[in-house]
Amino acid sequence: MGKKRVAVVGTGQTFHKSHRPDVNGQELINEAVRRALEDSDLKIADIDAIVIGNMDHFEGINYVDCWSVDGSGGFMKPIIKLTTGGTTGSTLAMAGYHIVASGLFEKVLIVGWEKNSESDTTGAITTAFDPVWDRLVFAGAISGLAVEAQAYMAKYGATDRDAARVSVRDRKHACNNPHAQLRKEVTIEEVLMSPMLADPIHLLDVCPRTDGACAVIMASEDVAEKICAVPDWIWGTANRHVYSYLGDVNWGELDSMFHASQELFSKAGIKEPRKEIDVIELYQPYSFAGIIWIEDMGIAERGKGAEYIWSGATDMEGELPINPSGGVIACNPIGATALIRCAEAALQVMGKADARQVADVKVAVSTGFGGCMWTDMLLHGREKPDY
Amino acid sequence: MADKEALVISSGEARQPFNYAVGLYGSKFFQELRNNRRIVGVKCPKCGKVYIPPRRVCGDCFVEMKEFVEVGPGGVIGTFTILRYAFIDPETGEQKPVPYGYGFIKFDGADTLFQHYIDIEDESRVKVGARVEPVFSEESKGTIKDILYFRVTD
Amino acid sequence: MERIAIIGIGMTKIEANKKGDTFADMAWEAVNKALNDAGMTIDDVDNVITTSNDFWDGRTISCMAVGDASGVRNKNASCVEGDGAFGAFYGLSRILSGSYGTTLVTAHSKGSESVSSLITNAAFDPIYERALGLDMITACAMQANSYMHRTGTRPEHLAMVSVKNHGNAFHNPMAQLPMKITIDDVLQSEMVADPLHKLDCSPVSDGCCAVILASESRAQKYGGRPVWVKGVSFCSDSYFLGDRDLAIPRSLKAAGQKAYSMAGITEPSREIHVAEVYDAFSYQELMWIEGLGLCEEGRSKDLMEKDAFHLKGTLPVNPSGGLLSGHPVIAGGLIRIAEAVRQLRGEAGDYQVDGATRAMAHGINGLCGQSHCVWILDSAK
Repeated sequence: MGKKRVAVVGTGQTFHKSHRPDVNGQELINEAVRRALEDSDLKIADIDAIVIGNMDHFEGINYVDCWSVDGSGGFMKPIIKLTTGGTTGSTLAMAGYHIVASGLFEKVLIVGWEKNSESDTTGAITTAFDPVWDRLVFAGAISGLAVEAQAYMAKYGATDRDAARVSVRDRKHACNNPHAQLRKEVTIEEVLMSPMLADPIHLLDVCPRTDGACAVIMASEDVAEKICAVPDWIWGTANRHVYSYLGDVNWGELDSMFHASQELFSKAGIKEPRKEIDVIELYQPYSFAGIIWIEDMGIAERGKGAEYIWSGATDMEGELPINPSGGVIACNPIGATALIRCAEAALQVMGKADARQVADVKVAVSTGFGGCMWTDMLLHGREKPDY
Repeated sequence: MADKEALVISSGEARQPFNYAVGLYGSKFFQELRNNRRIVGVKCPKCGKVYIPPRRVCGDCFVEMKEFVEVGPGGVIGTFTILRYAFIDPETGEQKPVPYGYGFIKFDGADTLFQHYIDIEDESRVKVGARVEPVFSEESKGTIKDILYFRVTD
Repeated sequence: MERIAIIGIGMTKIEANKKGDTFADMAWEAVNKALNDAGMTIDDVDNVITTSNDFWDGRTISCMAVGDASGVRNKNASCVEGDGAFGAFYGLSRILSGSYGTTLVTAHSKGSESVSSLITNAAFDPIYERALGLDMITACAMQANSYMHRTGTRPEHLAMVSVKNHGNAFHNPMAQLPMKITIDDVLQSEMVADPLHKLDCSPVSDGCCAVILASESRAQKYGGRPVWVKGVSFCSDSYFLGDRDLAIPRSLKAAGQKAYSMAGITEPSREIHVAEVYDAFSYQELMWIEGLGLCEEGRSKDLMEKDAFHLKGTLPVNPSGGLLSGHPVIAGGLIRIAEAVRQLRGEAGDYQVDGATRAMAHGINGLCGQSHCVWILDSAK
C-alpha cells in the first residue's frame, strides 16, 4: 500500500435552513449522508471509514464522533472527529483525502454538520478564544471580521459600498442553488441600509446562522472511475494555523491564505492563478473578505481587490467566477460550511452543478476559514493528477 | 399529531465552570498591572519581537522567551470596531450591553496588539492610528478588568 | 502498509493539578522532549497534528491554545478531537498519503480545570439521556456490573488490577500515583458507584504527550531510535448504551483483529510481549485484555490471580502503571503508545519488560469503551 490518488465521487447536502426543528442532529446528518450515498450509488456498507466534525459548543455534545453513529453510519466502522472551528469542513475534507491517499481506506465518507439554531452562535464562537485574554471584548466572528475590515480600509481606502458589491454577487448566485438558505437577491442600497452590526459590517454583509449538513465521499483511484463517470480529483491540500492570539494577527491581510495558496499553487505548478483556475468556492463569511482575501490568494494585486470585483470578473459570466453556490453569505451551517465549499467545487468539476454550473471547469479551488484567521485550501481537477 | 412544543428540549441552567490556568507569563503581567499599574510584554531573544500578552513561546522562532519589557501605557489603535448587536456573553450567560468600542491597541514598544474596550463617547475620534491611554479601575484584582477601557487622547 | 516508525516521544509528568502551566506550557515541554529524543529540530517536522477536546479544555477550537508551542506557525497543521491514539493514527496517515515525511502528534488535557462529571455528562445525548445525570463513572459502573455478571469476575479481581498498576507506578517517574496498596485497601476505599470503589477509578489528571512519526526514509536520519508501526485500526460500536451488550467489547475485537491481521499476528496472547491498555477503571483492564484476544473470553480474572499480567508475568499489562496511576484524558492513548515505544527500545528502566520486541498500545473514545484504537508496534522493521 502507499500513496493513492483520490477523487470526490459523490456529495450530498441538506436543504439548509435557519431552523430545522423537525430533525435532531443525528437525523440532520443522516439526510446528507443518504444523499451522498445516493449520489454515488453506494451503500453505507461500502464505506470503509468516516470522518466527521462540527464545532462542539454549538450543540453542546461531547464526543460527537461516538454520538453520531446512528446518523453518520459509523456503527462498527472506524470513525474519527476533527474540529478546527470555521475551517472544520475543509479540515475534514483534507483528512478524508489523506486517509484515502494513505491506502488504508478505499472509500471514505466525510460529514460536516451544524445545528446553529440550538445555541447562541456568537457566545459559542467567543469560547473559541483564550479565556484569560481574548474573551472580554470579543464578540464572536462578526467582531473579528469587522476589525479586519477597518484595518484594510485604513490602509487601502476600500469602502462599504465596495464590500456590498460582493454581497450582491453572492446573493444573486445563491438564487441558482436550491440548497442555499437565502435565495433572494439584494441591492447595494439594501446592504448599506441594513442594520449596522459592528462597524463597518451591516447585516447583509455577513453570513446568516444555519442548520445544515454536508456529506462528501472520497475514493481511491482503484475504484473512483468505477463509481463515477467524471470524478473530481483532489490535486493537493495546504493549510496554515498561523496565529494563536487575536492580537498577533496582521489585520488587513490574511497571512494564512497567503502562505497556504503559495504552497498549494507552487506544489501544483500553478503560476498564474487568475488564468489557470476556472472557479473558486471561497469560504467568505462576510463581504469585505471577498475583496481582501482574493489579494492574499494572488488573484488580484494588493489593494486592487475591489477593482477586480467591480469589473464583474468574479460574477457567473466573468473570467473567474467566485461562489457560484452563493457562498457563506447565503448559507452558513458552520461545521459544514467549508465542506460545502469542497462539495460545490466538486460539483463544478464533475459538471453536476445544474443551474449554478460554470462552463467547462477543469480546475477549481475550495477554501475554509475560521479559528484565529486560519485558512485551509484544496485544489480540485477534472484530470487525474500526474504524480 | 404530536404536540409541536415537544420538539425542543432545553439545556436549562446547565453550566460548566472552569478554572483556567493563567500560567507564569500571564501571572507576571497581572502582577505588574495590579501592583504597579505597569504593562509588561515579553521579548523574543531571536527576532526581537515584543509580545503582548506575554507567553512562553515565540511562535515565529519556536524559542522560549524570558525577557520581560515594560511597554505603554499609552499606545495607538491598531484596529477597532463598534459592536452594535446583542448577543449572549458566554462568561456570564447574560446579554452583553451594547454598543461598545472594541479595540486592538498597540502599546508603545509592543509588536502585537492588546484587546480591550475603547470609550466611544465620541465615535468620530475612534480611528485606526489614534492615540489612546488606559483608564485603570479603582480596585485592582489582577485581571484584565484592572484596565476599565482605553480612551482616545488625540 | 508502508513502513512508518515512531522516532521520538516526550511527555510531561502526570499530575493532579499543574496550576502553573497553561496548555501551551505543557505542549512546549512535551514537544521539546520529543524533539530532543528524536534528535530533531522543529524544522525537521513536516506537519503537526494536535489532539485535544473542546469540552475538557473549556474552549471551542481547543487546539488553538497549543499552536505556537507545537510549532505550527509555518506548517500544515490539523486537529483531531478524541483520544491521542486516534490523533496519532491521522498523523500516520498523513505520511502514508505521501504528503509528509514526518509528523509531530500531540495530545493534552488538564482535568483539574473543570468538573469532570459535567464534562462526561455532556457526552450523553441531550434529548434522551443527559437529564438522568449519568457521567463516565456511573456509566462504567454499569458496564462493570454487566461484565462481572457475564464472567464471574469479582470485586477482588478488580482490586488486583489496581494493586498491580499503582505498584508498577513506583518505577515510572512520570506517573502521578505510585501507591503500595492491598486488595483490602481497594475494597475498603469509598464506594463511588457500585461496584466501583475509589481505587478502582483512575484520577482525572493534567498532562501532555508528544510523539514523532516518520517515513522509512526519514526514520533513521536524526538519531532517534525507531520503533516500527506494524498495525493500527480503530472501530466504533453503537452509541446508546442500551443498543449494545456492555459486557461484550465488539468494536475492540474488530479493531484488534484488523490490527493483528495487518501485523501478521495470529496468536496475540503469545506474540504480544507487553500491552499498554486503556485502564480508566480497573475492570476495563480485565475486559480489554479479553477483547484484545490476549487471553480467552472470561479468563482474565483467572490469569490475574496467577500474576500473569504483572511485570514479571507471562504477558505484562500496563507496566507503566497505566491510567489508574494518572489519567490525563485525551493524552491517555498517546501515552500508552509512548510507553510501548519505551519498552521496545529497552528504555523503560525499572519497569522494563525483558526481551520485549512486540507491543500493543490502545486508546479509547466515548462512553464505556465505545470506540477503540489499537496499535501494534515492533522493534524490528
